[in-house]
Parts: sequence; C-alpha cells; structure tokens
Amino acid sequence: MAKTAKINVTEGNLLASLQGFFKAVLRVEDISAILVPQHLPMKNMVMPALVTDPKQLEGADPLAPAFPMNAAKIASRLTRKPAGGKVAAVLRPCEIRAFIELVKLKQGRMENVLLVGIDCLGAYQNKDYFKFVGDNVTESTTRFYQNVLSGKGAAMKEVDLSPTCKACEHCIPGAADLGIGLFGVDTANQLLVQTQTPQGEELLTRLNLPGSQEPAGRQKAVNAIIAEKTTYRDNMYQEIAAATNSLEKLTTYLANCVNCYNCRVACPVCYCKECVFVTDVFNHEPIQYLRWANKKGVIKMPTDTVFYHLTRMAHMSTACIGCGQCSNACPNDIQVMELFRAVSSRTQEAFEYQPGRSIEEEPPLSVFREDELADIVGIGHA
Amino acid sequence: MGDFEPTIIAFVCNWCTYTAADLAGTARLGYPPNVRLIRVMCTGMVDPKYVIKAFLEGTDAVLVSGCNPGDCHYINGNYKARRRIKLLKEILPQFGIEDERLRLTWIGASDGIMFAEIMTDMVAQLKGMGPSEAKTAMVI
Repeated sequence: MAKTAKINVTEGNLLASLQGFFKAVLRVEDISAILVPQHLPMKNMVMPALVTDPKQLEGADPLAPAFPMNAAKIASRLTRKPAGGKVAAVLRPCEIRAFIELVKLKQGRMENVLLVGIDCLGAYQNKDYFKFVGDNVTESTTRFYQNVLSGKGAAMKEVDLSPTCKACEHCIPGAADLGIGLFGVDTANQLLVQTQTPQGEELLTRLNLPGSQEPAGRQKAVNAIIAEKTTYRDNMYQEIAAATNSLEKLTTYLANCVNCYNCRVACPVCYCKECVFVTDVFNHEPIQYLRWANKKGVIKMPTDTVFYHLTRMAHMSTACIGCGQCSNACPNDIQVMELFRAVSSRTQEAFEYQPGRSIEEEPPLSVFREDELADIVGIGHA
Repeated sequence: MGDFEPTIIAFVCNWCTYTAADLAGTARLGYPPNVRLIRVMCTGMVDPKYVIKAFLEGTDAVLVSGCNPGDCHYINGNYKARRRIKLLKEILPQFGIEDERLRLTWIGASDGIMFAEIMTDMVAQLKGMGPSEAKTAMVI
C-alpha cells in the first residue's frame, strides 16, 4: 500500500523546501550521493550533478525549465556496475521512463538507485532557456514555477514550453520509488510525497516526514493537465501524418539534415554502443557514390539521410519515451521529436507496449510468441 | 501502366523458400522473372535495414520468406522475423510505402508450386499498384 507524506513549504519557497528534502535524503545512512539538476556556479545553466556534500545542495534546482540532456544516460552510467553505495536520482518522468528502458537492455541497474520523480512542469528548448534565464537562475526558476502552478501558464516574454513538453501526457512520474506531487496540491504550504515501491516506502519511513493524504482536488487537476496535453499531442500526430505521408514529403521534412547524428547521441534510448551509421558499413567506396549518382543523375550528399532516420525508427521507436532531446540537439531545427513520437505511437500501439511503464514488460523486439501476428503473413488472400 | 515491370527483392531462407524456388526451377514451373532472390541462412537474419534500403533504392516490393512456423532450421528465427516485419509494416506505410509492398510468407522446401504461384500473384498485384515512389523521386 502506497504511503503518503508531505514536505512543509515555508514562505512559498519550493526550491528551498526541496533542497531541505534532498539534504534529508542524503543524510539517510545508506544513500551515498544524490543526482539532481543543479546550478552551475560558473554559468547560468542547470545540469545534472552528483552531490555528496549536503551543503552543495543549495544549488539544486529540479524545477528550472531547463532540460539540457536526458539524465537517464547519467543514471545508466552510475548504475551499470555496483558503485559502492546507493544513489538517489532526482529525475523528470521522461528520464525515469528512459532509465527503465535502459535497465531492460542491461545498460543500467535498479539495485543501487532510488528514483525520485517530481511532477514535471515542463521545460523550454535549450535556446529558449538561455533567452529566459537572465542573470539570476533562482529568480527565474521561481518565476517559472509560480506562473505554472498558479495557472498562468509557462509562456513568458518570447518563450514558451517546448512542443515536447506541451505534447507530453506523462508529466506525473509513474515508476519512481518516491513521487513528489505539485499539481492539485497547496504548494504554498506543502508538497505531496507518495511512495510507489517498497524501496520508496522504506526510504520514507527513514525520512520521518509528517504523514498526509492526497488532496481531494489532485486527481482532477492532474486529469485536466493530461487531457490538455493529449489534445495537443493528437493534433501534432495529425499534422505530422499530413506532412510526411509520402516519401517525397518525408524527404522534404528531413531536407535540412546534415547527418550529424546529434539526435542519436542525444537520444537516451538509442541503445547501440556503436551506431552502424558511423561504422565502415556506411563509409562507402568513392566509386559507389558515382554509381548511385549515375543511376538518377543526382544524389544528395551526404547520402543515407532518410535511411538513417528510418533505421533509427526501427531500432528505438518502441522504446521512444518522447523526451524531445532529439529536437533539442538538432542544429538545423528539424522537428525530430514530432516525427518520432508520431511513428512511435503507432509501433508502440502495435505491440501494446508503453516504454518505461514497468520493468517487467519486455521490449517487443526482444521476444516473440508462437501464436501471434498471423494476419501479417501471406500475400493478401486466403 | 501496361509495360510496367515491377521489381521484387526477396529475402529467402536457405532451408525452405530458397529450396522451394530451386524446386520450382528444376520442375520447370513458369513464373514471372521479376524477382531478385537474395538467399539468407534464415529470415531471422533479415535486418530491417535491408528492407528499408531495398525500398529506398526503388524496389516495388520486398518479400521475406522462410520456413513454416515450427520448421525453422534455427528453431525460432522465423518468429523473430515476423515481429520485425510487423514493426516495418507499422513504420513504412506512414511514409507512403504501402503495406502491400512488404510481404512475409512461409514457403516450405517442398512447396515449389506455391513459390511460383506467390510470385505470379505478387507481380499481378504490383502491376495493379504501379511503381513505387522511390523509383523516380529523389530520396536523400
């Protein structure tokens, strides 16, 4: 049975309250470190940081609308082997879901990590965050969460939430050990803490937080947010379908691609240690390019652009958790997230698979059943 | 479209469908010469990349064909292939590569007649559909 507790908030300062909570977590005996988004002292940027000294948590800022990378990859690095201590990882819901996918692929382990998820307020795209942040990160983060939680929305000056976050229906952490609730909670006075696993319950017992109950209005508030995001997402799917429903349109959509493969580097669930597209398999013989050019009179260089994106879809679309780092990483503003989420929605539905939902569900392409998919065999008549 | 001759790239497994194709040949069964057979040891080794590449290079259809369920020489390669084809059948049609252009069949080693029939039927279907877009469009 899940347990519920609260973190008291003083003077409406959510960051200070969360920092106090993180310090308490770090004081728990067998927790050696906490992974949390943190202000960098040298620049107005928020990055994942591994903190062992509670004093350093003054810079912790998990509510900043900055999402420079999907920290599932960091959690994977920290857990692929025993590290000699437990790490509490404060992650966005999409980071938790990506991490779960990596654990399934044996690229991370659950044994030595405690996942702390916070209701996700969303983030700006990298370039927009730089415009927004100004000189004082704490002040800007405070302005951001106050606006979002008071219902004024995230749009400020010339920036708004990234399309990724607008379309993300998974803003409530679903597979964390501890979930921290903000939506539908009286955040001026308290934050909601809910356990989702036995490990989370154990941690909560040791933290000795005051008990509480889920506020009556929370589910309704959460449902309303999810409904809004789902509508945005479904419109996005329709627009993408219309914009890419032929090869000609797809090539138009991807025409700015320079094969830098940043989207693959940024993708937390692009799991290959070495991507085939950077190996000699695609380092074609010079004569091959001339042959290809001769066939149609012209080829675009570098080649294999659509091939690359379609192959990536075949590899990772069932695991795509929709974090949007691909779009963040694109130097030429291709709307990669929109395209991949649209494709992923189809492939995930086909295998009734929801990435990151549960560690128990096996990746669809890693298993098979003998009696399935009879309808795709044959050439269309009995 | 009267003179359109489709091209089919067929990935056939060594143990069943390739043997069936061989049988069709030695039995002198006639079938349209539109297919380009690529013999693989098992349909379970047909990487989705092979299929995608074939389509982007302008083939009108791809056929992956192996042993009947339960007959796989490597026990379960054909089941793995079936999941991959299912995956591709979700992805490719979103970009205008029609579902009917990607086929998966089980043709056993003794089914030479069936192999010839499937080739004949597929070519007829493809003639009805016309050439694939990648044949003429510039694919980047």
